[in-house]
Amino acid sequence: MTGQPQTSSRARQSGKLLDATDRKIIVATQAGLPLVAAPFDALAEQLGLTVEDVLARVAAMQANGIIRRIAAVPNHYALGYTVNGMSVWNVTDERISELGKQVGALDFVSHCYHRPRHLPLWPYNLFAMVHGRNSQDVEANVADIASLLGEHCRGHEVLYSKRILKKTGLRIKG
Amino acid sequence: MDSVDARLVNCLQEGLPVCPRPFDDVAASLGLSVDKLLSRVQRLLDERVLTRFGPMFNAENLGGALSLCAMQVPQDRYDKIADLVNAFPEVAHNYERDHLLNMWFVIATERPEQAGTVLAEIEQVTGCRVYDMPKQEEFYVGLKLAV
Repeated sequence: MTGQPQTSSRARQSGKLLDATDRKIIVATQAGLPLVAAPFDALAEQLGLTVEDVLARVAAMQANGIIRRIAAVPNHYALGYTVNGMSVWNVTDERISELGKQVGALDFVSHCYHRPRHLPLWPYNLFAMVHGRNSQDVEANVADIASLLGEHCRGHEVLYSKRILKKTGLRIKG
Repeated sequence: MDSVDARLVNCLQEGLPVCPRPFDDVAASLGLSVDKLLSRVQRLLDERVLTRFGPMFNAENLGGALSLCAMQVPQDRYDKIADLVNAFPEVAHNYERDHLLNMWFVIATERPEQAGTVLAEIEQVTGCRVYDMPKQEEFYVGLKLAV
C-alpha cells in the first residue's frame, strides 16, 4: 500500500489500527524473521526501535489477528504430501460453524472455510483443503470428513488441481 | 531429514511465543542447543523443506480483501482465458481444477471496495461469469504434518 498507512472500514470498526511503525515491522518480516537466538532484538536494531516496542507491537498484532502465529511454513511437496484435493461440502447452515471447527481441527486439513453457495450450479458451503501422500490417502481423509459430518451433509465433491496457472505470494508494499 | 528434523518441523508449525528468546523452549524440548536448532532450521529452509519462517500474516486483517473465485471456462479458449486472468496483478493464485467450474483463482486487493471492480473487469475481458466465494468464516489455516 502506498502513502499514509491505510485502514479499512473493517479494521477501523474493530479497532485494528496499524500505524507507520507497525507497517515497517510487517514489511521487514514478510520474507521471514531473522534466524538468530534473539530475532526481535535483531529486528529492533534493523528498524531503529527498542526491542520492548517491537515485542509489544508484534504481540498486539497477534492478539487482533493480523498475525496468525510466528511459525514455519512447510513445503508440502518436499515432505511427500504431493496430492491435494479441495473437498467441498453441502452442510446444514445451522450447524456449519460447529462442524467447520471440527473439520478444521483435523491434522490433514490445511485450510477450512465457510463460503457462499451459488445455486443451482454450486450447492457447497464448506471448503476443506485435504493433503495426502497419494490419492488413496486423500480419499481416506475425505471419507473421515464424510463420517464426521454424517447426516448434516447433503453431498460433497473433491476437486483435484490439474495445473498451477499462477502462483505469486501476497505482498504488502512499504 | 531425520527424526529430529521431523519433530522440529511440527513444533515450528505450531507457533513460537512472542518473547526475547523464542527458540529456547523448543530447543530444550528437542534436546538441542539454540545454535544447533537454528542451523537445522536454516538447512530445512535451504533444502526447501520449509518455505518460510516468521509471522504468518492474515491479509484480510491488514485492511485488504481476499476472495476465492471460480469460472466455467470453455476448453477451446482455456489457455487464452488463463492468460487474460493471470494478467491481473490482483490475481495471486490460479489453478485448473477438474470440475464444470474449471478455473479457480484467488484475488487480493489492497482495499475491500476494489474487489468488485476487478471481478467485473475479469468478466468483461473473458466473457465468463465469475462466481465469487469470499470466506464467511475461517475455521483453520495451517497444516500439521505427521512427519
